[in-house]
Amino acid sequence: MLLDIANLSKRFSSGGRDVAALNDVSLTLDPGETLGLVGASGSGKSTLARILLRLTSADAGSIRFEGKDWLALSGAELRRRRAKMQMVFQDVLGAFNPRATVASVLGDPLRIHDIVPKVERPREIATLLERVGLPASYASRSIREVSGGQRQRIAIARAIATRPSLIVLDEAVSALDVSIRGKILELLVELQQERGIACLFVSHDLAVLRAVSHRIAVMEAGRLVEIASARQVIENPQSSAARALIAAVPRLVTGMPERPHHDV
Amino acid sequence: MSALCEIRELEVAYRGNSVPALTNIDLDIHAGERLAIIGESGSGKSTLARTIARLLPAGARVRGEMRWSIGQVPLPGRDLGFVFQDPSASLNPVLTIGEQVAEGARRHLGLTWRTAYERALDMLERVRIPDPAKVLKAFPHQLSGGQRQRVAIAAALAAGPGILIADEVTSALDMIVQAEIVSLLDELVREAGMTLIFITHDIALASGFADRVAIFRDGGLVEAGPTGAILTSPKDVYTRALLASHRDLSTPPLIREATS
Repeated sequence: MLLDIANLSKRFSSGGRDVAALNDVSLTLDPGETLGLVGASGSGKSTLARILLRLTSADAGSIRFEGKDWLALSGAELRRRRAKMQMVFQDVLGAFNPRATVASVLGDPLRIHDIVPKVERPREIATLLERVGLPASYASRSIREVSGGQRQRIAIARAIATRPSLIVLDEAVSALDVSIRGKILELLVELQQERGIACLFVSHDLAVLRAVSHRIAVMEAGRLVEIASARQVIENPQSSAARALIAAVPRLVTGMPERPHHDV
Repeated sequence: MSALCEIRELEVAYRGNSVPALTNIDLDIHAGERLAIIGESGSGKSTLARTIARLLPAGARVRGEMRWSIGQVPLPGRDLGFVFQDPSASLNPVLTIGEQVAEGARRHLGLTWRTAYERALDMLERVRIPDPAKVLKAFPHQLSGGQRQRVAIAAALAAGPGILIADEVTSALDMIVQAEIVSLLDELVREAGMTLIFITHDIALASGFADRVAIFRDGGLVEAGPTGAILTSPKDVYTRALLASHRDLSTPPLIREATS
């Protein structure tokens, strides 16, 4: 087991009211597995991701990652082990320094985590770019000059640069055009199979999660209400939350039921 | 169906941009129809919406024709309502919901504030805001994203316009709220016999309720026609690619599943 989240809880006070953002959530993730985490806005899925990334603290519960008490880590030890848990966000431009070049975006994690010696960094950056389907010459470009889809490829390249065992993706393809979205999802699946990386893929879009997830966990009002294989959740949902999410996925309506073709 | 608006050889360029955002657009908008304008980023779909609503920024250059059957250009707010993608940016943060919904009715229908507030309350009920009397006195930040978008729709419809333009109104919302907002729009437009121009990047979302679709790419109109015809027999290779890249729950997954 790579990740073991047990009884995680978190409360926020909002407008004088006390809101349970996470209520006794437990789940596990195996190496190389993708777990899709789905729920409506306010269901707690992003809070879970943020606690996991140590961007916010939990009120109760524990997280074991690679066998260590992840929430007890701090300082240099936390920084060192963060190499093993990387992230990709929705708004990549907001996540990067706007003055950064592609080379510095990819070079920073290589330097900070001392992945390769300095002299080999340019070659490693070129390899990373090529791996995510971009020409090595992109290294000298400004991060603002590249398109949204290319920037998301760079974010993925940065995430894999430190050779992580887990990548947390929060709505990582939601802002992309559909034609680009499919290619990014294919890239993620390829990288995962090639490197055995586990993924926690947070999204409100069940169709995206269906494409990439081995298992799907459904959240509602801070609670985990269902967790099973992706196929099971989609084909035989047990919770009302899962059924509502399934019903909300837009389907291509190609038929014209009012005017059937055969009545000519 | 009669054309409410005939768009001919429309070209729009923003100031300082030599490349036009829209070129050579010929498109009819039919009275009472639900027309979906579909395209990816940079397709020009929002530029078209803003051109129709006369919301282009200063210095934008518009060439070509837009002939309205009603003789005059529809007045934004009175004849034409506009709902934007991000309700937290389109609503004024320091005015109450009531003021913002009532304002259009007061201004364009000549109502007093008192009767305009009554109309605003009625509008909030129609967009199914829970506890509308309380929301009337609330500020935008006190509402969820979905509720804010309902308020924006109520404000756009307050003066009873004949045309509603909805520009990516569900992109910032989760899927469940998206489905609710789309069915609400569909219902309101049907009830009032309005013309709906629905701008979206999501061809599947449009396929569920639009009468006609117009596919845009790189500032040009790729093809337009009845929804069923375009979706079952697309003529253009781009439309086919767009349909092929659609992914829903019946699309085969990209990962290999454990056979159990």
